[in-house]
Order: sequence, then structure tokens, then C-alpha cells
Amino acid sequence: MTLKQRIVATVAAGLLIATAPIAAPARAEGIALRMTIWTGNKAHLQLLDDIAAAYRKDHPEVASITYETLPFDGYTTALTTQIAGGNAPDLAWILENSAPDFVSSGILLPLQDTLRATAGYGYDDLLPSATALWRRDDALYAYPFSTSPFGIFVNLDLVKQAGAKAPADRIAAGEWTWANAMADAAAVHAATGKAGLVVRDFDYKLWDNLATIWNGWGAAPWSADGKTCGFDQPAMAEAMRFLHKAVFTDQAMPGPGAPADFFAGDAAMTITQISRATLLKDGGFAWDLVPLPKGPAGEYAVIGQAGIGVFKAGPNADAAASFLAFLTNPQNSARLAQYFPPPRKSQLVVDQLAKANPLLKPGQIEAVVVHGIEIGEVKPSHTGNAQIAQVVRAGLDALWQPDADVDAALGAVCARIRPLLAR
Amino acid sequence: MTEAPTMTAGHPRPATSTATPFWTFRRRDALAGYLFVAPQLVGVALFVLMPLALVVWYSLHEWNVLAGSFDYTGLQNYQALLEDPELPGVLRATALFSAGLVVLNLGLALLLAVLVNQRLRGMTVFRALFFSPVVVSLVAWTIVWGFLLQKDGGINGLLAAVGMAGPNWLRGETTALLSVIVVQVFKNVGLNMVLFLAALQTVPHDLYEAARIEGAGRFAQFRRITLPLISPTILLTSIITIVGSLQVFAQIAVLTQGGPGVSTTVLVYYLYQQAFQFHAFGYGSALAVLLFAIVAVLTVLQWQLRRRWVFHES
Repeated sequence: MTLKQRIVATVAAGLLIATAPIAAPARAEGIALRMTIWTGNKAHLQLLDDIAAAYRKDHPEVASITYETLPFDGYTTALTTQIAGGNAPDLAWILENSAPDFVSSGILLPLQDTLRATAGYGYDDLLPSATALWRRDDALYAYPFSTSPFGIFVNLDLVKQAGAKAPADRIAAGEWTWANAMADAAAVHAATGKAGLVVRDFDYKLWDNLATIWNGWGAAPWSADGKTCGFDQPAMAEAMRFLHKAVFTDQAMPGPGAPADFFAGDAAMTITQISRATLLKDGGFAWDLVPLPKGPAGEYAVIGQAGIGVFKAGPNADAAASFLAFLTNPQNSARLAQYFPPPRKSQLVVDQLAKANPLLKPGQIEAVVVHGIEIGEVKPSHTGNAQIAQVVRAGLDALWQPDADVDAALGAVCARIRPLLAR
Repeated sequence: MTEAPTMTAGHPRPATSTATPFWTFRRRDALAGYLFVAPQLVGVALFVLMPLALVVWYSLHEWNVLAGSFDYTGLQNYQALLEDPELPGVLRATALFSAGLVVLNLGLALLLAVLVNQRLRGMTVFRALFFSPVVVSLVAWTIVWGFLLQKDGGINGLLAAVGMAGPNWLRGETTALLSVIVVQVFKNVGLNMVLFLAALQTVPHDLYEAARIEGAGRFAQFRRITLPLISPTILLTSIITIVGSLQVFAQIAVLTQGGPGVSTTVLVYYLYQQAFQFHAFGYGSALAVLLFAIVAVLTVLQWQLRRRWVFHES
């Protein structure tokens, strides 16, 4: 073989290898659905897998349904990167804080017709208050998969050790207020050296979790129409002064850079949602779940929501919507209720939820979940949320200093987000 | 010698024998050469040149990932660079970070190189020790430092043992920037140390001997002999370190996420925020072009200045 022949042969072989995948006929494998989620919890995934397997039994055209766990921190970033790369999933959990961006973008498939047309679905059973964030007029762009009020998990052993009153006793005596709750948290820290109250997932960065506290003062980061900054309003300033004192003077909350995990027994109380109760399964301490204390503005509740949406540009959008209708039908919704409180009126009754949540007592479910959903407000959200969240985070850093000027810091936050709110 | 003209005149040669064949030895040689470099060229074109061109193209567009829109906006993103209220703070943080990193890294690397260049027993152990962070996974290294730098972390524990109260390192604007610089310096100082060490060992000993005879002290020897002779390496390490300092990302993402405030939001991290967190891919691309321009200008500047201070270059 001459050199010329050898070169030609090599190039031809290279081309053949390079084009082989294109030339090979596509195998008909059926529909593969992919859904991004942020839970990596084994029990959650097992239940979701069971439901997917049941669906596939009746839908042989769907070859596979996979759940792709993306880390909670940076979830939306990872999801939008997939979308930008032309690799959007078929379905995705969407956090409440990015709901306005997704709902208004037009990227999601309206679901109301598919859900209404599904036999036995009971579309009108969905609470309007739960679907509000995900609706534009009559069109529903995502199903409010989890409508979970925040409560306070309490480590009763630590509270007892510090000689403080148990929150249940305070509730019975009508003195479950933020002032008393923080005093008890400070007492635990002083007596045991463990952390007092931890706002889970906040870590001095994800500040929207503080809505679970400042809503008790009637404060909000912006007005209902999203146009006016609320950080420099008197109610917010009052709530932030309270928080600042709790962190830096009373040491009722661990300060920045001093993380503490309630579920490992390192803190007296933590504000979070009932889906975290699974972390207490093998808990080495006595615990209780109580509603958020009363603030100066009275009783209140805060709800964290997650929606599931279907991307309309995907080749399997209709199949994905059909699977979503199955996943959230009354039967599956009742099963999922043990982790993710459903938006269905008929299922938000204590008996049903108690059956689904063996870890929680009926009294806890009544006070935190059922009553919480009745009176609760969803955590704050806004279009352009990521940028606003980042600018507020940077601004609030000035507040998380021992000698901070609270009013000046809050005023600066407003000065920086006003142009973004006005967009 | 006389045969050839006779043959040409009387019996013309057939066409095949007179035309030069296309595949001359030179051509075949060149083709083989091109084929050898082709995989590398394809890689560079696909993964370096094409993305570079695409970034410039994207920077001329408004790309809304969620809405699926991609609209040509001309120089609007570059106009936005001039009007961005956050950008001056970001550039300031970037400049402080780079300056701090370059000075600390090169200074410490040179000091360590001089120290481990001594002919003492067990010196190779120290060389290996100082170099070892270079081979450690960057993210693992940064996460461990994140624990050490916490308010009640290892560093403050050590300080408390000697009766000092350490600051909350990652929560103060100055201490956070300093922490990120130091974490990065300790990670990579070993590489520059090895380069300096190699350079130090090429300096001829007779020069020092001559200097000593002339009465030069140790400092004068270092300043007049060592520094000029290792200046090509100083140029190399400073270019590598400056370019590297402008690309630092993982340490910021793991340790501070750009905070507190925007004190550690360097240009690369800001670019990431704009593109991947705020979904402003067009503006993020304009920031990438700005970063590219800054790196290019700094490198060219150093290359030009080398004639002034690098030995052998004047």
C-alpha cells in the first residue's frame, strides 16, 4: 500500500467512524420522560418511583421515567442552564421564588385542560389559594405539588435541660410569642452551649426564609404589586432589629459562619417544613412540632410551595402532562401527602393527613399544616427573582455585623433594589 | 552531458514523465504533518476558538433563556457595562484580589524557593511538603479551608489557644477577601516555588564567588545577581499568576459566593451570576469579552515591559 493509499484509507475510516451514529437507524424505544427535582431523600424517591412504575404499567408507550436530583442550592440555576443548553427536562419542580419568572415566560405548558379531562381528577378540588401563584387567569402553568407551611421543630430535651417552658405549654398558656420563643432559645444556648433557634436553609444567604419571622410583624420585602420596596418600612425595621438583637446580643440564634444542625441535636428549635420530619426518624431526642409563634401583628403562617411544570417545547410534552395528571390524581396525592401537603381541599383534613404522616401527631398536623394552609401566605417571590435575591443578600450582609446600623442597612437595600422592582 | 538536449530535440518525452506528480515528497510530508496536528487543531477550534467567537456573537444579543428569545441588540450590552452600578465594585474587588494574590504568591514562592535551595539534609521533604497542595483537589481544599475559617473553626481555635480572639473571617469585607487570597496562595504557591527553584539552580556559582571576593553582602548578591538572572522566570510566573488570578472561581463560589456585600465578587464570579443565575446570557457574554480584553491587555503589557527588566531581553 502506497502512502497515498494509506492516507486515503485512514481518512475514509475516520469519516466512517465519525458518521456512524448518524447513519445508524434510530431505534424505536418509546418515550423517555425526565423530571428534575431537588430532593435526594431515599423515601421521597422511592415513592415517586413507585408511582412512575404504576403509570408505565398502563402506558406501555412510556419506556422510562427518571427523576434527576439537582442540589437545592443552585437548583434553578442548574435547571435554566439545562434549558439554555437545549436540554430541558420534560417536567420540573419549580421553587416558589422563581414561579413568576417561569409562569410569565411562556415556556410552560398550560395544564388545566389535561387535568380537567383526566377521569376522576377532581380539578375543582384544588384550592384557589394554593394555585394562585401558578395561574394566569384560568391557565394553570404548574401544579402546586407541595404546599407546605413552616413550623418549628423543638428539641424537648434541650429545652428541658435549660429549664425553659416547653412550647406546647406556652401555647396552652397563650404565651407562644416571638419574644418568649427567642428568650427560650437564648436560655438553651446559655445553659447548654448548643444553638438556640435555627432558620433552616437561611445561613445568612437565602434571606427569603426570614419571611417565617418578619411576617409576624406584618412586614414584607415589597408591596403586593411588587413595585415598592418594603425593607425600609417601619414593620420590617422593627422585625430586623428584633432579629439582630436575637443573633448578636441575646445569642438566641447562631451567628453568621456558625452553622448548627437541629436534626443532629445541635439546636433547640428550627423553622422548617414537615417534609423534614423524616430526618427525625432515628432521632435521639424527644421532639415536638409547633406553629410559628405570634408576632406583634398577631397570628400568621408562611407557606413554602413547589410546583411541577411541563416544558411545552419538548417532544414529549403531552405525555409529560398526562403523567403529571396521574402523579397528582387524588390517590397519588394522598400518598404523597406524607411529605408534600397537597393543594386538595378534600385531603387537607386531619384524619387523612395523619394517616399519611405516621411521624406526626394529629394535633401537630391540625395546628401546623391544616391551620397553616388556611391562614398562610406564600414566601415572597418576584419576577427577576434571582437578581433581586442576590442584590438583597449583598445588602443585608451589612446588617449581619455585631455593630450594624439596621436602618441604614435596610435603606441601602431599598436603594439598590428599587430599579429592579420597577422593571 | 550532451545526450539530454539531443533526446529532447529528437524524441519528445511522454507527458506522464515530464509533469511533476501532485504528491511530491514535500507535499506528502506536509500532509502527514497536518494530519498529525489535526486532532489538536480540531480540539482548539471546537473548544477554544468557536466558543470565543460565539461569546462575542452572544454579547451582541439579548438572550432570554426562559422566554426562548434571542434578539440582536447591537452594542447595547456594552453600553450596559458602562451603566452597571455594580461593575465598579466588582472591578475593584478583582483588582485587589489579583494584586494581593500576585504579590503574596510570588513573594512567598521566591522566599520558599530560596529556603529550600539550601543544601541541607531532608530538604526534599520540605520541597514535597510545600508542593503537595498543588496536587490536592481544588474544591476539597477550599471546603476544608471553609471549615477552618468559620467563626468557631480551626483557625480561631488556634488563635484562642494563644489568647487571641480571631475575627469572623468570611463575614468581614476585608477579612473575607484576605482569606480567599491566602487560601488560593497556599494552594498554588508550590508550583511557582518549583519554577523559581529550577531557575535558582541555573545561576552559576562562580558569579557569587566573584561577588564575594568583591565584598558584596548576601543581600547585594541576591539583588544584583540572583534577581536579574532569574528574571525570565519571574516574568513567566507573574504572567501565569496574573492570568490565573483573573480566572479564580471555585474558591469564591465555595467560600463566600461573592459576599459579604460584593467584596469578593470578582469579574468571573459576577459573569457567572449574570449569565447563569440572572439568566442574562447576553450581558454575561459582554462581561466575558471585557475579561478577555483585560487579560489580553495585561499579558501584552507585560510582554512589552519585559525588555526593560528581564535579563537577556534588552
